[in-house]
Amino acid sequence: MADHTLDAKGLNCPLPILKARKALNEVPVGGTLEILATDPGSVADFEAFCRQTGHELVEHSVDDNVYRFLLKKAA
Amino acid sequence: MSSEAQVVQDAVSAAPVAAPEEKSMSIIVTKGSLDWAYPPFILATTAAAMGLPVTMFFTFYGLPLLLKKLDLQVTAAGNPAMKMPMMGGHMGLPNLVTAIPGVDAACSVMMKNLIKKKGVASIEELRELAVEADVRLIGCQMTMDLFEYDKEDMIDGIDIGGAATYIECASNAHINLFI
Repeated sequence: MADHTLDAKGLNCPLPILKARKALNEVPVGGTLEILATDPGSVADFEAFCRQTGHELVEHSVDDNVYRFLLKKAA
Repeated sequence: MSSEAQVVQDAVSAAPVAAPEEKSMSIIVTKGSLDWAYPPFILATTAAAMGLPVTMFFTFYGLPLLLKKLDLQVTAAGNPAMKMPMMGGHMGLPNLVTAIPGVDAACSVMMKNLIKKKGVASIEELRELAVEADVRLIGCQMTMDLFEYDKEDMIDGIDIGGAATYIECASNAHINLFI
């Protein structure tokens, strides 16, 4: 169970990333943020976001056109 | 302290204040129509979210993007690539048709509806997010003089500056874009 969940379904680029960045403020270091999105571009974008910022993309999956990302917040 | 250590010490204190490995971005924003307003605001807010300090320099037709009240329009005139999804296909407008009064306004309404329907942020929303993310917004003083705008017409918290202000910031940035 993630510490915080962000529903970004129906939002288009760059809103899932921008909202995730904001939601990370609510997550403690080492805690997790779950993001649900329908934007297919968010797969590559969350990978890039994590490489750049150092947050860990613990897992991502897709189910019925909904992408789920689990991020672990870095210090 | 040995003289060798002193040399090292001096070299360290002479290092530039900004850590050279810290990435940053600057964007020159020169266009203010609805479609052209997207790339700079999308890239600025995303870069800020990814931890880069960002500066946007608004000049010429980009300057009105800093006005308190935005009423952005789009035109298909001279833009054969602008084709809107319609009835399963895509439809563009011949230049002559775009000259008919009301056509640009109708195109703008259609575009804004499409933006909303597809979950794309409005420019107002992106601009607010940019301000929230501490993106530095600079209005071009020369453009303000040229087109007779006052600082009171602009949103709060912006800086006013000229070419040198931009160059100082661009010379330290890894990514410099002209849009």
